[in-house]
Formats: sequence, C-alpha cells, structure tokens
Amino acid sequence: MTKAATVAKKPKKAAGVKAKKVAVDQPLQVDEGEATVGQSFTDKAKMTMRNINVFYGDKQAIHDVSIDIAQNEVIAMIGPSGCGKSTFLRTLNRMNDTVEGCRVEGEICMDGENLYSPSLDVVELRARVGMVFQKPNPFPKSIYENVAYGPKIHGLADTRVDLDEIVENSLKKASLWEEVKERLHQPGTGLSGGQQQRLCIARAIAVSPEVILMDEPCSALDPIATAKIEELIEELSQNFTIAIVTHSMQQAARVSNRTAYFHLGKLVEVNPTEKVFTMPEHKLTEAYITGRFG
Amino acid sequence: MAKMSFENHIMTQFDDELEEIRTRLMEMGGKVEQQLQNAIRAISEADSKLAEEVIAEEQRVDDMEVDIDEACILIIARRQPAASDLRLVMMVTKAVNDLERIGDEAKKIANHAVILAEQGGTSEGYTEVRHLGQSVSSILANALDAFARFDVEAAMRTLEEDKQVDLDYKTALRELVTYMMEDPRSITRAINILWVVRSLERIGDHAKNLCEQIVFVVKGKDIRHQK
Repeated sequence: MTKAATVAKKPKKAAGVKAKKVAVDQPLQVDEGEATVGQSFTDKAKMTMRNINVFYGDKQAIHDVSIDIAQNEVIAMIGPSGCGKSTFLRTLNRMNDTVEGCRVEGEICMDGENLYSPSLDVVELRARVGMVFQKPNPFPKSIYENVAYGPKIHGLADTRVDLDEIVENSLKKASLWEEVKERLHQPGTGLSGGQQQRLCIARAIAVSPEVILMDEPCSALDPIATAKIEELIEELSQNFTIAIVTHSMQQAARVSNRTAYFHLGKLVEVNPTEKVFTMPEHKLTEAYITGRFG
Repeated sequence: MAKMSFENHIMTQFDDELEEIRTRLMEMGGKVEQQLQNAIRAISEADSKLAEEVIAEEQRVDDMEVDIDEACILIIARRQPAASDLRLVMMVTKAVNDLERIGDEAKKIANHAVILAEQGGTSEGYTEVRHLGQSVSSILANALDAFARFDVEAAMRTLEEDKQVDLDYKTALRELVTYMMEDPRSITRAINILWVVRSLERIGDHAKNLCEQIVFVVKGKDIRHQK
C-alpha cells in the first residue's frame, strides 16, 4: 500500500512541475503594414533596395521590401518555400527580366546607380553582379573555356597569357585549381557535382564581379562539397559582396554576417546572424529557425 | 512576460526531448531541495542517521547530473537547436551543474552533522544554521519554482532575496566569532558550524545562478556579473 502510494505520487509530482501544454497562439502571418524589425540598413551600403514590390502577373511575390547590402558582407536570405527569397535575389541582377509577366517596382541601386534605369546595360550588370545557381550548370565546354568565356566576351583579356592568368586566378580563388590544373581542357561536365559548382563560382568571379548572388548553391551537393563551398564563401567575402539564399539554416548561421528572414513575400527581420540564431527579435523568425513551421 | 513554449516543432519528438530535460531538471531540483532540508534537520536535531542518508543519496544527484547532461548533448547533436531552444539546452547543462554543486554542499553539511552529533555539547550556533538554512531553502525553492514557470519576475525577486542571505551569513560569522572568543573550548565546534554556514551561503549563490539562467532563457539577456 505504502509502496503503491509512493509510486503513484512520484509521477504526479513530476507532472505538477511540468509546463502546461500551451496552444500556438502566434499567428503565422505578418501583420498588415508591419515594418521589418532589426537592422536593415547600413552606412557602407553596396546595394540599396527601397520599397521593392515584385509581381508575377496579378500575384504579388514581394511586398514592400527595403534593405541595404553592405560592402564585403555575406548576407543570407532564409525563409519557408515560396516566401520570395529567390525572387528577391533575382531582382538584384535583373534575372527576373527574363520571366514572362514579372514586374518589379521600387528602387534598386548599386553604388548609387539605379539598376532598373533604361540606359543600363543588363549584360554588363550581370558581369558586375554574378550569380551561382542551385544546380551546377557548367557550359558543355572544357574547364578552361568555362572560365575563359566571360572574360573573353567582356574583353577583359588582351592576350592569351592574360586569359591564362585570369583562368588560373579564378580557379585558385574558387579552390579548384589544384584539382583541375592537369586537365584544364577536359569537359567541365566531367567534374563531380561539388567541383562543377566551384567551377561555376570560378566562372562567376572570372569577370571580376562586385557582388555574387548564390541561390541555394549547396542544395545539390554532399556535405564535404558543401563544406568546401562554405569555406570558399568565407574567403570570397574578403573581395566580394555575397548574397546567398539557403534552405539550410545551419548554413546561414555558419557563413553569413547578417541574416534576412522572409515570410510570405515580406521581409520580417534582418539582424546580425549571431543575434538571429540565439535571440531573434520577431516571433515568426523564432518559429522558423527553431523548426516550428517551414 | 514573454510566453515560453518549447512545443509545436515540426518534429514532435523534439518537443518531447526538450520537455524531458525540463522535467528531469525539475526532478533533480526537487531531489537537492530535499537533500538540503534533510541536512539542515540533521544538524538541528543531531540526527546522524538522517545525515548518513543524505550522504548516501548524494550519488543519486550525481547520476542525475550525468544523465541530463548526456540528454542535452544528444539534443545538440541531433537537433541543432536554435534561439530559445538553444538557450534552454544551454541553461539546463549549466543548471544541472549548479544543482549538483548544491547536492555536494548538502552532503558537506551532512558530514558536519555527523561530527557535531558525535561531539555532542551545547546547541550554540544552531539558531544561525536554522535561520540561514530557512532563507537558503526558500531561495532554492523559489528559484526552482521560477524555472518551472519560466517566470522572470519571480527569478529577479529571488535574486534580490539572495542579498539577504549574504547579510545573514555575515551576521552568523560574527556570532560564531563571539562564541569562540567567549569560550575557547567551543572553537572546534564553532569551526564545524562555520563550515556549515559557509556551505549554506554557497548554496544561495548556486540558486542565484539558476535565477540568472532563467532570465537568459526567457529574455536572451545575460545578467551575470552585473553590479
């Protein structure tokens, strides 16, 4: 009897101190007209975006986003699928121009120059703002040609020696040189996935861009190749400004200086990465990074 | 007050794991609370049998510390917690350390209870032990209660109470010095009581750490070492 009483009492005591089950009382939506929290703006902005709205036909994909991207920073965009982070990234080098029915409103400037001004040369813009995509997409050409293509069409090399030098430097900066220097004239598509992605990064940096956009650059790669790309991002940030969209929150936490959280087309929070992952300001950011929805 | 919820993860197993470390921390807290009360009673009632029990039970507290720490490491390895979840896991690993130290101090008090009971003699100094013991027990209970409810205000109030413990501690030291000066034969005994008083004061400090950790979990603010 006594024993049974003790046994019965123990879990009861434990249950008494247990927190009550609290229902989710947080609306999983951004309130209408709610401003972005955190530090969206900076003094040393490389790119400034003000009141950006993006529409695909009638559907609005981005709602009134304003943010600065600082010189030489790595900024990560995170958020659930369809939150507009990739769309937003694509506005930065006008990749959305190629999408039927896509309309961009607002002002996007790089070093004070409006990127959507009619007089701006889009091809030149995409050399200044390079892009690396989710799936490695080398040209069906040799490794050398993949990297040399950009500098050639942009007239960055006068002689073959100059071109060789650009190719070598770009491959070195992309940490690929040691692995491919013996087989520069073999097809780029013959490399492993991780190597192909680094080849794409080498191709992007060969034209000396100022900003590199990365749209989930590691989602098709294994962990080792991912680690190499992340290491590379850290090195590249010495010379370039990098904006990266990633589905991996750990990746955002590891590589970026600032993290921007998007939700249903709205920019909810921008803050230094260490703050976002330890004490986010907005409840939606908290819910997303702790794995409560997404 | 910010509402803390460690539920509603997409992986419900993660909810359970966080709930589990919380519950086990509370169990451990309950255990050391009981150890402390028994140790104080063993002194004031000169009950060496009870003191021996406290000494034997200390192993249980140690085991709990190791188990909970292990569970925390597993959560970090498996789930890579972030934000409030991360703060909770970090807090629990620190809190079990504090609770284990409280268990250690309770054991030390019990050791002295055995010695004091063997020596016999007057009950001089017991009032101080009882008095300080009461305030320290109440601080520990309040700290654990604040943790169970993630109540920052209660944690802050408890932090204030610890200042009173420090005052009581100094008063007790003065009293003990007076006894020793009045009657040098009481020195051995007074020194034993002095160790007990010292242990109680340390327990107050560990309870204070718990309160600071609660503020960290809820507010994300580190309030340690602030004057």
